[in-house]
Amino acid sequence: MVVANKYEMVCGLEVHVELQTKTKIFCGCTTEFGGDQNTHVCPVCLGMPGALPVLNREVVDYAIKAGLALNCEIAEFSKFDRKNYFYPDLSKNYQTSQFDLPICGKGGLEIEVDGEKKWIGITRAHMEEDAGKLVHSGDTITTSNASSVDYNRAGVPLLEIVSEPDMRSIPEVLAYLEKLVQILEYTEVSDCRMEQGSVRFDINVSLRPIGETAFGTRTETKNLNSFSSVRRCMEYEIARQARVLDAGEKVVQETRTWDEGQGITLALRSKEEAHDYRYFPEPDLTPLIIDREWVERIRQTLPELPAERRARLQGIGLSEYDAGVITQSRALSDFFDAALKSFGDAKTLANWVMGDVMRLLNSNQCPVEDSPISPKQLAELLELIDKGTISGKIAKTVLEEMYATGKDAQVIVKEKGLAQISDEGALLGIIDGVLAANPQSVEDYRAGKDRAIGFLVGQIMKATKGQANPGLVNRLLKEKLS
Amino acid sequence: MSISREDVEYVAALARLELTEQETQEYTEQLNSILGYAAMLEKLDTSDVVPTAHAVPLHNVLREDQVKSSINHDKALKNAPDGEEGFFRVPKISLT
Repeated sequence: MVVANKYEMVCGLEVHVELQTKTKIFCGCTTEFGGDQNTHVCPVCLGMPGALPVLNREVVDYAIKAGLALNCEIAEFSKFDRKNYFYPDLSKNYQTSQFDLPICGKGGLEIEVDGEKKWIGITRAHMEEDAGKLVHSGDTITTSNASSVDYNRAGVPLLEIVSEPDMRSIPEVLAYLEKLVQILEYTEVSDCRMEQGSVRFDINVSLRPIGETAFGTRTETKNLNSFSSVRRCMEYEIARQARVLDAGEKVVQETRTWDEGQGITLALRSKEEAHDYRYFPEPDLTPLIIDREWVERIRQTLPELPAERRARLQGIGLSEYDAGVITQSRALSDFFDAALKSFGDAKTLANWVMGDVMRLLNSNQCPVEDSPISPKQLAELLELIDKGTISGKIAKTVLEEMYATGKDAQVIVKEKGLAQISDEGALLGIIDGVLAANPQSVEDYRAGKDRAIGFLVGQIMKATKGQANPGLVNRLLKEKLS
Repeated sequence: MSISREDVEYVAALARLELTEQETQEYTEQLNSILGYAAMLEKLDTSDVVPTAHAVPLHNVLREDQVKSSINHDKALKNAPDGEEGFFRVPKISLT
């Protein structure tokens, strides 16, 4: 991306994702979101003297699983370290994290922007504990007089995924984040609920003159929790840095915070000085040795990932676009696959899922996994169309009724008498009636006005409440009029 | 390796310690003496020794992901210098 005709941006990201365990990383407190302040706490996560942390096995399993899905090397030997800093979001004055021997090493994922594919490297991913929540009494962190602290979230397991500084535009950054979150959601290591802070982003960004190979001085903006904030924050920060450079000044390497209300970034602290965390090995936790059998056991639990699913769906007749929409989320993709088991026409199924089904779910703000229409029920409905029992048009009405009542398609068709009229004798009777009532249209048609037949079909459909078999109506009508 | 006054002042600042002139002098000497003693280890050939990650020869001490009951507000806040409505309360946070 070219900024102000002069600069190229360079961006690397740190993504913190909450792992979906039942308990915290080093103690048995629940990780459940919410709860009264300081009720999901114990001596370990409050950092009381003498309390001993013990690592949650599930956290290691999830970290390995996420690492494998992100093409990372899984370390055979890994350990925890103390990251020392003074800030009351943790009561211990240090965060238990991983420094030089993280669980996941080099990996990466492929993104696509404007039809161009690009590999974004992942430097590492490590396990650590989340911090507590501070409620500041003033408007912002810089103007408050005192803070209240809730440690319910302290000790919730996080995986911090660090990318290489490989991104060169905001669309690349967003594509990377979307891809990353999608993979994490598929592997089910996290619920990825951004509105609850399950995924948070730190953005490292710098500018350099076009053609320059050395990186410029970067800033790090911490704790963004939505894609739109990331976009707005980057737009602001890039413009700010360009102004600084244009004025012949130097960008200061520092940590900044994003003010969502004002839409600006603000300096928090200067990095050179504050970032001496004096890491040292955590004496309260033993090292981890991950043998290859353990890794293979986890590999067996990996689901089919989005890229593989897209390829498979394209292989059975979906367009690239449709396959992309269906695999957007694990839940939708699973719904589709489940319906596909009973209804093999992938293209028709995709049209219904992406069209009427999604429309119903969206307008009721219902997540796919809670759909009142099961994949099997949808498949049964589509079969009724296939067999000619109902028309596609009637099927839409039936689908809505299914959504409202949860009843099977057959039951609704029977109860409401919606089955298609395919009995020639019955239809001929109705057609005769319509022709007799509309002599002008009959005359028009015979005079060469082909459009008149559309009106006559409409009248027949109206007379049968839309239940006449449209193919049959067309054939019979033409025979009558010829 | 030796420790300078500046090193001591820097580490003290990171640890939020305010040292008097005399203390700075004293700690500089003491730390140098400790490091000097530990420097004996540098005489050993450690080329075949794996770096120690933990003093105890244990690994993979893990627990199952099972919820245990937490402690209540009163207990959690019992030793806190200040609290309000179940929150811990801390003074204004300085970020610089």
